Amino acid sequence: MFTVFLYGAAILWLTASFFRDRERTRLALRKAWKSFENILPSVLAILLLIGLILTLLDADTISRLLGSDSGVLGMGIAAAVGCVTLIPGFVAFPLAASLLAAGAGYAQIALFISTLMMVGIATLPLEIRYFGRRAALKRNVLSLICAVITSCLVGAAMGG
Amino acid sequence: MKKTLSRYRLFLIMLLADLLLLCMSPELGRKAVSLSGNHLLQMLSVIPPIFLLLGLMDVWVPKETMTKYMGRGAGARGGVLAFLLGSLSAGPLYASFPVAAVFLKKGVSLTNVFIFIGAWSTTKVPMMLFEITQLGMKFALIRFGLNLAAIAAMAVIMEKTASKEEAASICETAIRRADGD
Repeated sequence: MFTVFLYGAAILWLTASFFRDRERTRLALRKAWKSFENILPSVLAILLLIGLILTLLDADTISRLLGSDSGVLGMGIAAAVGCVTLIPGFVAFPLAASLLAAGAGYAQIALFISTLMMVGIATLPLEIRYFGRRAALKRNVLSLICAVITSCLVGAAMGG
Repeated sequence: MKKTLSRYRLFLIMLLADLLLLCMSPELGRKAVSLSGNHLLQMLSVIPPIFLLLGLMDVWVPKETMTKYMGRGAGARGGVLAFLLGSLSAGPLYASFPVAAVFLKKGVSLTNVFIFIGAWSTTKVPMMLFEITQLGMKFALIRFGLNLAAIAAMAVIMEKTASKEEAASICETAIRRADGD
């Protein structure tokens, strides 16, 4: 749905731009291509890296790691798995729901989801290219800290 | 040629790892390749139009406009706007980096850029709705409320702990990327 909207918006704007000013449109296209080509090597590397990571850490393995464990060790595993993997939400949420049903704690699941969304070790090289090493590392470390704090609170609020 | 080769070094290493895995364990290797393929499709569903829109925005939207609405002087309104833009987006977190880079180029403040990235990572509307259906209203809303505070706190910390030189270097790096060098 969103894809249709995104492509629609891009095509509409491109068409409007083309009729108003061809030279500027050409410039916009050149800029779009240049900045795309610029990150292409990192993106391709990330795509392959994700494939490898998820082969080792598939849904079954994650269930085994998180399902029976709880407590601090469970939190550590949840954070580690969330940080290194890159799973789209429509896969992650059902997985989280089944983990909860299998007995995982709320705090662990919240931490897994939060780190999955906010911390990206696989994409760190790309982030460094955009914002520099310091800022990229800082954002990821801060995100991890925030994820730990909010997840403990979620755990407490949900009663374990 | 040599430059291209060095740029794609990491990609080639990964390719080699995939081939090695395919030789050692064809089953796992095929799984890795097909997982990468899935992510490629996911990437193609958002990245190309995002870059097109960024190119158009760079050419058509004047810096003054962006600075006015989301620059340092824009106040809380700028933060809210950054939050809404991030929440109404879609796609993996790394797709937000090129957008953030163009924002920085157009004079959006560091705080607002990090609010935007935070919202993109955590409070996307379709994901929220999906989370409610999967994990329940209570769990999703508690997480949303806490994340809201976390996003704001992180953006402020990112801005406050960056020295003038560091802030300038973040902007400079991002602008170089936005210009495609």
